[in-house]
Amino acid sequence: MILTVLHKTCYEFATPVGGIIQSLRLTPARCEGQKIIDWSVDVPGAVMGALFRDGAGDYIQTVSLRNLTSTIEVTVSGTVETQDTAGVLRGYRERVPPRAYMRNTPRTEPNRAIRELFEDTLAGMETASALDRAHALASAVHKALPYIPGATHAHTTAAEAMNEGAGVCQDHTHVLIACAHLADLPARYVSGYLNATEDGTPHEASHAWAEVFIEGLGWVGFDASNETCPNEHYIRLGSGLDAQDAAPIRGLVLGGAEETMDVSVVIEAQQQ
Amino acid sequence: MPESFFNEMYDAKGLRGPYRMLESWYQNMPAEFRALKQAEAEHLFRRYGITFAVYGEGGDPDRLIPFDMFPRVFAADEWRRLERGIKQRARALNAFLSDVYDRGEIIRAGRIPADLVYRNEAYEIAVAGFRPPLGVFSHIVGIDLVRTGRDQFYVLEDNCRTPSGVSYMLENREVMMRMFPHLFQENRVAPVDNYARMLKRTLASVAPAKCDRDPNVVLLTPGHFNSAYYEHSFLADLMGIELVEGQDLFVEGDFCWMRTTQGPRKVDVIYRRIDDAFLDPLCFRPDSALGVPGLMNVYRSGGVTICSAPGAGVADDKAIYTYVPEMIRFYLGEAPMLENVPTWQCAKPDDLKYVQENLAELVVKEVHGSGGYGMLVGPKSDKATIETFAAKLAENPSNYIAQPTLALSTCPTFVEEGIAPRHVDLRPYCLVGRDVELVPGGLTRVALTEGSLVVNSSQGGGVKDTWVIAEE
Amino acid sequence: MLSRTAANLFWMARFLERSETTARLLDLGFRNALMPNTGGGYRNEWSAILQSKGTLQNFTEKYGDLKQRNVESFLFFDQDNPSSVASCISAARENARIVRTALTSQVWDAINTSFQELRALSRRERSSLEVPELTDWTLRTSALIRGSIEATQLRNDGYRFMNLGYAVERADNTARLLDVKYYVLLPSVAYVGSGLDNYQWTTLLRALSAHRAYSWAYGGELSAAQIAHFLILNPKFPRSLLSCCLEVNEHLDHLSRIYDRSTPAQEIARKLLGELAEAKIEDVFDEGLHEFLTRMISENAGLGHCIHDQYLTGEAR
Repeated sequence: MILTVLHKTCYEFATPVGGIIQSLRLTPARCEGQKIIDWSVDVPGAVMGALFRDGAGDYIQTVSLRNLTSTIEVTVSGTVETQDTAGVLRGYRERVPPRAYMRNTPRTEPNRAIRELFEDTLAGMETASALDRAHALASAVHKALPYIPGATHAHTTAAEAMNEGAGVCQDHTHVLIACAHLADLPARYVSGYLNATEDGTPHEASHAWAEVFIEGLGWVGFDASNETCPNEHYIRLGSGLDAQDAAPIRGLVLGGAEETMDVSVVIEAQQQ
Repeated sequence: MPESFFNEMYDAKGLRGPYRMLESWYQNMPAEFRALKQAEAEHLFRRYGITFAVYGEGGDPDRLIPFDMFPRVFAADEWRRLERGIKQRARALNAFLSDVYDRGEIIRAGRIPADLVYRNEAYEIAVAGFRPPLGVFSHIVGIDLVRTGRDQFYVLEDNCRTPSGVSYMLENREVMMRMFPHLFQENRVAPVDNYARMLKRTLASVAPAKCDRDPNVVLLTPGHFNSAYYEHSFLADLMGIELVEGQDLFVEGDFCWMRTTQGPRKVDVIYRRIDDAFLDPLCFRPDSALGVPGLMNVYRSGGVTICSAPGAGVADDKAIYTYVPEMIRFYLGEAPMLENVPTWQCAKPDDLKYVQENLAELVVKEVHGSGGYGMLVGPKSDKATIETFAAKLAENPSNYIAQPTLALSTCPTFVEEGIAPRHVDLRPYCLVGRDVELVPGGLTRVALTEGSLVVNSSQGGGVKDTWVIAEE
Repeated sequence: MLSRTAANLFWMARFLERSETTARLLDLGFRNALMPNTGGGYRNEWSAILQSKGTLQNFTEKYGDLKQRNVESFLFFDQDNPSSVASCISAARENARIVRTALTSQVWDAINTSFQELRALSRRERSSLEVPELTDWTLRTSALIRGSIEATQLRNDGYRFMNLGYAVERADNTARLLDVKYYVLLPSVAYVGSGLDNYQWTTLLRALSAHRAYSWAYGGELSAAQIAHFLILNPKFPRSLLSCCLEVNEHLDHLSRIYDRSTPAQEIARKLLGELAEAKIEDVFDEGLHEFLTRMISENAGLGHCIHDQYLTGEAR
């Protein structure tokens, strides 16, 4: 499938700020089932550092703007050819040992509700394969947290989302990571784009899901929000321990002022 | 109990060689003269501004670390052995860091458990796969040693991040030479004052490949409110490099720049004295204002070198410590020259059981603790203290390790009534860059309280000048 | 040199100069208060002095009435008053401490000792401290520090930034002191040329340590025009605006030579110097002394900002 992406992030400041510095993770990973045809990241007026790959295999780029400004616009556009790999991450070069993804952050720290979810789900599955157990956990998270936009916010932790009883893709992913860790399975947060859900209904285009490390298979993606594994509708950008660590844009405004952010993402499958 | 400690000046056979010249020195020193000299030393330290603030204690921020004028002395051959052992250890620790951020051969070989390394908080995922210039991660390795006999030395712990205290090594010597010049004429004491030059050379040797001129080296401090600020400014001044705070640096494009009166100037090597977590809010703690946003990107794309390398802390973790002799055998194919203190990992059930049964005999420390806080010295503690500690231990065993109480050697120390033996340790500073080198000396810390084994300055310890007698 | 280091040196000098000015103002007020009550009385004079520092509101909020004892404390000891002698010396010492390695040990000793002495002074019984002792101490201390700087500091860029701090601050202070006397202090124009007027002028000259120098230069007769000339346009008087401006130009020129680069700061400073060097005192009075001084204060501040932008942020290329 050929997917085109147009992703604009526009920051507006009430009073001019002294500039901005950002670390961008906005270039799709190079792996099987994901071929970049063309891709560009543009921030008018900014100095762009060279693109480099970090140990986790993500493309990273530094962007800085060092003069007075009241608006900043980050535009990502490109075309990617995708294929379904049944969620398995293959042909991907990375240097981080999977066991390093066994640690929790405050966002993925389990509470009692998460422990119970984990125990209830895996009861009787002691002999099941790691893959089956991961699938079971993903489905359980999907059922435990109905998808309700606005139920949670950007800083909600896995535990808070469980208490809330609802969430969005970020919360599903955090809870799934917490559960996987309880099952002694390395797991991480992946951010990317999603064209549409399986049945073709349009979907919030910026997306997140989890990857769980399955011995023998490698990293396998689990999208608990849609109860599926990532397929040709997904574009993988980068990974981390949690939403903050894997954020496509991490930045800092110099001489901060009140800011409003407007994000629009359009993904379309090209007619073939 | 005292007779079981090794006295570095007087052993069973009497006065030991290295201290030969010091016996008449102290015996012929009138009490008033001594008091005068002690006051002079204090005055000098105040003038130099060498003060030390204790974290979280409040009180006088301009407190001095007590300085004891009686030097601690090593013979040339003793030092030679120590030096070889220290360099060996510093090499192995760096080889380990280079390995665990690369292929992890030592783990694949089953010599160190994977989870001990990879699940360790100090293991930085952000730098996995990145090889710093020359493969060096820890450029200044501070190794804490204790002596228990004529030929017995033990490593207490390794410090691979940013070991502090070297300014005391240099200033203690400076003050002693000013106060007792004749001692240095009579004794052939090997000089330590080229440390700053060596450090500068070491830091310059790890400049990034992209640097095509004389590297611009800076020292990054958390600021003048930090308790070690004096040391930071002292070292920067001696090396002739800028002492910068995070706000003095900024990232643009693929490099890190320093704000100067002539505009931005590229920075090649950063000797940082702030922790990993505060280095870069775009990579680590987002609320940190001490670091430089974007710095880790510049570092990982080879635009700047950070010393010590982010992630170096995984090598000096107390749980990893146990495996350092294994590292020496694995990477260097040598037998360890310095011994580890036998250590029980309370995370292991068998070890925990032993520790719980023998608390009164052991020293128990927190895995991530430092500064002598949160530890139990069994033989020096009363029953109630031990019981309270036992409860803490039972609650979270993996937070603790235990070691036997070591019979720390003693060195004569000036006290009210004259001199008396007091327990000492030693921290030499090994530099790792293109070469591995260390100056003949280090920081000797002394427990000033009679019988005490805790030498930390935050717990009433003092410092001494450390001599290595040069070869005849 | 690191921009922050230059900024610390620049501000260290400004605070030192400011502490001296505050002490001089205190002296001015003290001597004026010795005069018999006229017009609004001495309280009015104290209020003028506080106004000149922009701290009158600050004071009344904390102390209420303008009692002389309180004004003295406020101007000398009060850490809540950012331009008190104590605040300025503490701030100067803090700036110095941060950049200690850029100072010679003599300079550091002088600054640190003044800070320790100040602490000792503030522990003394207030009633045992008369204003002359406090102002004498401040002037002596500030001369000691300035002397140490002149005698021991390397003539490098750091030295230039210190001197720029001194000169920019001094110009501001001279302009303000003159403005206080001329515009604020005298209760009404009817008093011009009166005994009170003369007394105030003398006091001003005394406070600037310029009383005898003025007599030598102008023959002793007091006239507003001559005093204004002395304090604004006389290049021999070290606190005159022209002298300060000459100094700023000298140090900026050194900087452009050291750095092999000229900036808008040099331009602004040259323009200001051009005006002061050419000006006649009649021009000044034609513009109106108060208007002229107000303009000078603002142009001098603009120069300070420009030095900051060009050298102290590290971003100008």
